[in-house]
Amino acid sequence: MAPTAKMNSWSWINVWSIGTVLIAAWVVLPIVAVLYIGLTPSDEIWTHLASTVLPLYISTTLQLMIGVGIGTLIIGVGTAWLVSTCRFPGRRLFEWALLLPMAMPAYVIAYVYTDILEYAGPVQSLLRDMFGWTTKREYWFPEIRSLGGAASMLTLVLYPYVYLLSRAAFMEQSVCVLEASRVLGRGPWRSFFSVALPLARPAIVIGVSLVLMETLNDFGTVDFFAVSTFTLGIYDVWLNMNNVAGAAQLAGLLLFFVVFLVLTERFARRKQRFHHTTSKYKALPGYELEGRARQLAIIGCALPVVFGFVLPAAVLGSYAVIYFEAAANPEVYRHAGNSVMLSALTAFLAVAIGIFMAYGVRLRNERIVRFMARFASLGYAVPGSVLAVGVLGSLGALDNGIDGFMRRNFEISTGLLFSGSIAAVTFGYLVRFLALSFGSVEASLAKITPNMDGAARSLGHGPFSTLTRIHIPLIRGSALTAAMLVFVDCMKELPMTVILRPFNFHTLATYVHEFASDEQLGEASLAALAIVGFGILPVLVLSFAITRSRPGHTKKDQSS
Amino acid sequence: MIRLKNVFAAIILGAVSGMTAIAPTASAAEVNLYSYRQPFLMNPLLDAFTQQTGIKVNMVYLKKGMLERLKAEGANSPADLVLTADIGGLHNLVEAGLLQSSESNTLKHNVPGQFRHPDGLWYGLTTRARIIYAHKKRVKPGEVTTYEDLAKPHMKGRICIRSGKHVYNVSLLAWMIAAKGEAAAEAWAKGLKANLARKPQGNDRAQVKAVYTGECDVSLGNTYYMGKMMTNEKSPEQKDWAAAVNVIFPNQGDRGTHVNISGAGITKSAKNKANAVKLIEFLSNDAAQKIYAEDNFEYPVKAGVKVHPIVAGWGKFKAEETLLSNIAEHRTQATRIMDKVRFDN
Repeated sequence: MAPTAKMNSWSWINVWSIGTVLIAAWVVLPIVAVLYIGLTPSDEIWTHLASTVLPLYISTTLQLMIGVGIGTLIIGVGTAWLVSTCRFPGRRLFEWALLLPMAMPAYVIAYVYTDILEYAGPVQSLLRDMFGWTTKREYWFPEIRSLGGAASMLTLVLYPYVYLLSRAAFMEQSVCVLEASRVLGRGPWRSFFSVALPLARPAIVIGVSLVLMETLNDFGTVDFFAVSTFTLGIYDVWLNMNNVAGAAQLAGLLLFFVVFLVLTERFARRKQRFHHTTSKYKALPGYELEGRARQLAIIGCALPVVFGFVLPAAVLGSYAVIYFEAAANPEVYRHAGNSVMLSALTAFLAVAIGIFMAYGVRLRNERIVRFMARFASLGYAVPGSVLAVGVLGSLGALDNGIDGFMRRNFEISTGLLFSGSIAAVTFGYLVRFLALSFGSVEASLAKITPNMDGAARSLGHGPFSTLTRIHIPLIRGSALTAAMLVFVDCMKELPMTVILRPFNFHTLATYVHEFASDEQLGEASLAALAIVGFGILPVLVLSFAITRSRPGHTKKDQSS
Repeated sequence: MIRLKNVFAAIILGAVSGMTAIAPTASAAEVNLYSYRQPFLMNPLLDAFTQQTGIKVNMVYLKKGMLERLKAEGANSPADLVLTADIGGLHNLVEAGLLQSSESNTLKHNVPGQFRHPDGLWYGLTTRARIIYAHKKRVKPGEVTTYEDLAKPHMKGRICIRSGKHVYNVSLLAWMIAAKGEAAAEAWAKGLKANLARKPQGNDRAQVKAVYTGECDVSLGNTYYMGKMMTNEKSPEQKDWAAAVNVIFPNQGDRGTHVNISGAGITKSAKNKANAVKLIEFLSNDAAQKIYAEDNFEYPVKAGVKVHPIVAGWGKFKAEETLLSNIAEHRTQATRIMDKVRFDN
């Protein structure tokens, strides 16, 4: 572990950059497999789609992305700014409560709101009773199963991504730059827009792009609402037209679109670097809000929590009481154990790999290293089931390759080692969620001035020692955030688990889906609550950890 | 640092070795099942099978991606048997060359010729009809008696249906193509679309609920949903939905009602073929057919097995079965027609 300084510099650099490329190549395999499937000619699927539903898919998807993007941006950044820099009653509560909707799977919230808001639901029934209407044609009520409905559902459960990352960014900001801005005559609003917001831009962008990718590959909600998005089209071509090549081509097109978006944003801030040049931190100022502003702040923070979490959780809770006998199935504990085990393992691996790769890119900013690392984070933009097909293909080829080799040379059949095992599910999760950990770790690393590396290295520390003693302590908040994001996402993950899992294996999500897809949400209500419950625990724990992880944040500051 | 690295290594090694050891291996007393049908439907039957034969049934329930999983796993696939809820699934498996034929006198005896593959690649186990649910008061007798009626102007704004892309509706339209040709089928889909009271959404039960609450007057659905709603003790409100409607078996005067099958086939990679054959045989025998009929309100394929009294109450009906094998071939065309007429939008 302690080689001489001379061999240090070269051997380590090779290990990091080669390691990064190799890990990335491994994670990229399923994505390549999907693109490869797309190389097969697929009849005249494109002419058919282009002349019928493709324009619709595209316009619907763009509208959904714009709606969810703007919604999560306003709610996420707005509430993050309020709770990080302002003081108003309930701020401490909102700090963590605003994260709660994150634990709610989008398909569950969609089921719940449909029950409440559809024609036969309590809200419309009450309105009919009050005004004496008897048929649908007598009044207008917004249709929940619509594009707007889907955008609302996704916004409600996805804004915490933006909130979490922008809050972390606001908290990692040195107060000095904000104070400098105020001293130089900018008001609170202009300081926000001209200093704080641009400084937080990398984090906000990552938050919003995570949201948009989640939106792009959502299937449960858009399928239930019958909103014709691009992803729904992919499934249609794949399953109804039995044309997996055509589906892979559509998925490839979706990927190009995502890459285009990401590159555009990077190009837009190509010359900007956001390092913090000062190490002077103190508690964030805390502007005391008064009167109207205080009320608005409270309402603004309360609404997302109420509609994204409190109300749906209450509905699920009431179902759990009504259907208790059917819902209280002892198997649920076993499923919960599976979910927690898989999610924790994946969260740990994803953060470890994310740190390794982000640091590899930082150490040796070569084109191939950078390219592979970015390529490896694309899994997040591929619809889960399609990516699962890629995982199936690559693991199947690997397993059968090993088996064939062993048979030829040793006359032993190894059969399938990874396919249809928990390892396959974990690998699928990693491929899908690596973007979460890599993205947040990379953004956080970018804020550490390279002078720190230089200082540590010139004092005789190798890259690994510099990483563990300088970088990891500094990025701890973001790494924890990343672990939490991955954990919660794995708890909710459905399509990959279903396709990749071993025999007789359930997670809470697959169990809930089995019943909910048959509109028997009542029987799955306890399990759905369990997903939310287990998702909340790390959210809470880490929310407090992040508050405490702010550099220069001491007990004294907190009590002041 | 060394300690930290060791911990990492131990976690990863332990996890990987623990995870890969779980995959089941072939043994005398097992059969491995990939199922399109939900476990809560199949478990009572599978438990009875295990009890009777001592053969353990392992199961994965997956809808999307089963075909791709079987293909990727290839000859090493652990799956012995596939269960599907629709003729389309069976057809795709045959086309992909993933099934093998099996000979069994029991199966030949239990499953009528039109409900099994000519070479024994798959066997149908139950049938279900796609019927019309009509509001008892708002729909007059004789107003709707055929699928074609649903596309006529007098039904404007009165029909509820689930997504046109759902496998049940795609199969119905494919059957229409097989019976009347592509142009007529497209005209029908267009007419039906024009008569919808709302954008297609929800599942078959949700349509009956919409008829009950007055959003529409008729809906399309599979037969067994009616039985499930009428006897739903867990969600008693569904009994009210069912009570509001009559069931109509369409096209009794001409070619008959559209039926589809659920079925099973043995995979080419099967390591436990004998057990797999035993399981299909078991599912086609009186006892299991009776469970299908009693618990799931499906029509047994085996002659002589009684349907549920509720199902019997709807009377005998004329089913169009001869076109069953053609349905699968027209599914792509049917999906494209749904796109063309923008059924879901």
